[in-house]
Amino acid sequence: MMNPKKLALGLGLTASLMATTALSQETIKVGILHSLSGTMAISETTLKDVMLMLIEEQNKKGGINGMMLEPVVVDPASDWPLFAEKARELIEGEGVDVVFGCWTSVSRKSVLPVFEELNSILFYPVQYEGEESQRNVFYTGAAPNQQAIPAVDYLMNEEGVERWVLAGTDYVYPRTTNKILEAYLMSKGVSADDIMINYTPFGHSDWQTIVSDIKAFGSEGLKTAVVSTINGDANVPFYKELANQGIDAADIPVVAFSVGEEELAGLDTGPLVGHLAAWNYFMSVDSPENDEFIETWQAFIGDEDRVTNDPMEAHYIGFNMWVKAVEAAGTTDADAVIDALIGVSVPNLTGGYSSMGANHHITKPVLVGEIQDDGQFDVVWETTGLVLGDEWSDYLPESAKLISDWRAPLSCGNFNVETGECGGSAE
Amino acid sequence: MRKFLLTILFLLAALPLRAQSFEELLLQLPEGSYSDRAAVAAAIAATGDDRAAGVLEVLAEGNLHILKSDGSIVEIRDVNGDDIAFSALDGTEVGEIGRGDTDKIKVNNGLRRDLRALLGSMSLLNADPNKRAEAAQAVFKDGDPGQIELLDSAIAAETEAWVADLMQEARAVAVLNSDMDTEAKLAAVKVLADRGDQDAKGVLSQFANDEALALPIATALSQIERTQQLWQVGQNVWYGLSLGSVLLLAAIGLAITFGVMGVINMAHGELVMLGAYSTFFVQELIRNNAAWLFDYSLLIAAPVAFLVAGSVGIGIERGIVRHLYGRPLETLLATWGVSLILQQTVRSIFGPNNREVGNPEWMSGAFELGGLTITYGRMWILIFALVVFAGLMLLLKKTAMGLQMRAVTQNREMAANMGIRTGRVDALTFGLGAGIAGLAGVALSQIDNVSPNLGQSYIVDSFMVVVFGGAGNLWGALAGAFSLGVANKFLEPFTGAVLGKILVLVFIILFIQKRPRGLFALKGRAVEA
Repeated sequence: MMNPKKLALGLGLTASLMATTALSQETIKVGILHSLSGTMAISETTLKDVMLMLIEEQNKKGGINGMMLEPVVVDPASDWPLFAEKARELIEGEGVDVVFGCWTSVSRKSVLPVFEELNSILFYPVQYEGEESQRNVFYTGAAPNQQAIPAVDYLMNEEGVERWVLAGTDYVYPRTTNKILEAYLMSKGVSADDIMINYTPFGHSDWQTIVSDIKAFGSEGLKTAVVSTINGDANVPFYKELANQGIDAADIPVVAFSVGEEELAGLDTGPLVGHLAAWNYFMSVDSPENDEFIETWQAFIGDEDRVTNDPMEAHYIGFNMWVKAVEAAGTTDADAVIDALIGVSVPNLTGGYSSMGANHHITKPVLVGEIQDDGQFDVVWETTGLVLGDEWSDYLPESAKLISDWRAPLSCGNFNVETGECGGSAE
Repeated sequence: MRKFLLTILFLLAALPLRAQSFEELLLQLPEGSYSDRAAVAAAIAATGDDRAAGVLEVLAEGNLHILKSDGSIVEIRDVNGDDIAFSALDGTEVGEIGRGDTDKIKVNNGLRRDLRALLGSMSLLNADPNKRAEAAQAVFKDGDPGQIELLDSAIAAETEAWVADLMQEARAVAVLNSDMDTEAKLAAVKVLADRGDQDAKGVLSQFANDEALALPIATALSQIERTQQLWQVGQNVWYGLSLGSVLLLAAIGLAITFGVMGVINMAHGELVMLGAYSTFFVQELIRNNAAWLFDYSLLIAAPVAFLVAGSVGIGIERGIVRHLYGRPLETLLATWGVSLILQQTVRSIFGPNNREVGNPEWMSGAFELGGLTITYGRMWILIFALVVFAGLMLLLKKTAMGLQMRAVTQNREMAANMGIRTGRVDALTFGLGAGIAGLAGVALSQIDNVSPNLGQSYIVDSFMVVVFGGAGNLWGALAGAFSLGVANKFLEPFTGAVLGKILVLVFIILFIQKRPRGLFALKGRAVEA
């Protein structure tokens, strides 16, 4: 026999539970999977904030199809296996309809099986090494052909560089990018003697030997440049050592793929003027969309000195694409949205339109910028049109024969054009 | 038809830039591509106008702008934090400008190189010998044969022998690039061979395929390489010492808490980080309130960092560690927890991003010592590490407090019986170790990121040094730090940084198997206590 008090309590609980369920049907949940603690917090916290801002802005406009958006933030704490757990928690536990998240390639690789199994959608906003195309993932950052190769072209054609130092942190992104770059340089007739490849551990802080090696390598009479895939944290001591040893950008320029406005915020950029970075967006880009974005961002975060950077723009593009696809599909159902996303076109912040390709990569302009003494980049060169991300690099023999097309009837992320089969592996 | 011809004629007349005045040329600067701008800059230099050098210098620095309101060219200078525009023509103040009032006249690396060469040839006859030397260096890098005549007259007028040498070397590069006869070129090769540094090597190797010059150049190159290899050894020793000094600074505090007290303090790295953030905080105060003090900011930051990290250390000891003496595993876990708390606290207060800690003038740049390049920053850090070490030695050996510390760590009961308040001494010892970690933070802020993760990268290295050197012995930490630093730097060129680090670790593991107490093992009863 149940006592009436308990019964009442139980009823009340059920009622309140039903109320929350009813409420959650009114909102669309958006998962945000970025590290807020640990090593990667330095880069990822900003992306969490920018997502919160984008969701708030969208709700001011009345949400999507009359439904409000509700952000769900989790902290995977820079711990790769935890990314997979948190992704599962978001999709299964919280019932989110889409996830924006990850920074490092290893965190993306760790969540891939989860998204596949639970059939959800991930927007990945960071430049990466390519060699991947997954049905549930949309890659809004740059593939190597949207960043590394145009940057090398710029140095080769505009600066007349003939000798190359490929310096990177020892993990998958630099290793794959450098493999592609090496193959590309060789195809352009650069001899193996004129390429120096150097890897350093994460967080490397003593750059004396390497910088003096670069200096010696650069004094062989041929114009030399450094292509840097050095990861975030190690960059500050690297640039400090360059400046101290007097390596001037006019003599040996360094072009970086992981150094943006946020990374420069920790540096005195005076001695670094002229070193380069290649991205698809710079804060200094002069366009009305960008001015508005910067203004909204600084107002949202309450700090007039906060900078914007490339992965933030990638989330801006990705989020707007998703909104448009959901509006078009009329539902947040993953399969419908995944199909609706292909071909969606939204304004980017550099004054053009980016659209989602059939390979789940997007079209972007490529910009090469020089560091200025105010910590900003000045665009010195850009591609004339937009470039579509190439998931399987054409410069690696094993991946040149693969293509990705997620439209029916092909619906395949690694179609081997030689054998005519889906599932041709790159390894 | 006649009209057409007239237009052509008019265009032709406009082409030779030389005929135009400085004022007209200046207005053309913003137009066209970078190479157009380089041509206009060369024409400006050719006008011989007094203002030309000044304007080109401002352009090279990227401070030349075009005023959107009337299209005039202005220089933007930072006056007490405000951007003030000055006319590029006569230097009169135009007024304060905001974002979007002007367009910057952009320069890229190629243009900057051209400008430097132009400025170089313009200041070869400058009154200041240092300026002339700089100019000679710029002309050396440019190597334009058109400068030979100018260089000849500059050399003839030169009074300082060392500047004249630089000019001779610049002339040699220009001669090699020119179509002068072989005899002149052979002389030039000799001049460069005597210079014998990397720059000379770079120039000479460009001409190594020239038949007439091949032999002397090959001799010169092998000569240069031989001397450079010798210097390379010295350079590696220096890099090793410098890496060692960083290790020593990071480890020396730990040598007290772990080595002397036996506490495994996983939060040691975070105490280093607190020191670095103290430096940032002090610099921020100085930047906003007393900018003239900036060069002394590190001297002010050092005691602040010592006190901040030291008091946090005392807090940790009194709050947590003292309850866990004799339980190493619990201590390890508890202090590791503390390290996470400290990291996240700093992240919440200062944000996850790197913070900019500036290098004062005397910590920037490098000087040449023979064939060695020695950066000032690293040199001062080495000196600082040795001073801290010496200070600590004095404190432990010559003061009453040091005596008490040693007494307590060697025999706690006996010390207590002698009337020493052991609890207080424990707290002070731990605080001293923590404070020294703070000092290390001041030095590390000069070469590394100031971010909440700063400490993590040093904790492993610090333990490595203390274990290798021998726990409980400060001399061990000194010897351990420097030998690991030098070993690392000699391995790095052969194995690469990644493998080098692994090899050092493997070596230490093997070494510890052989000598579990490290390089300088303590002997006697104290060890067993």
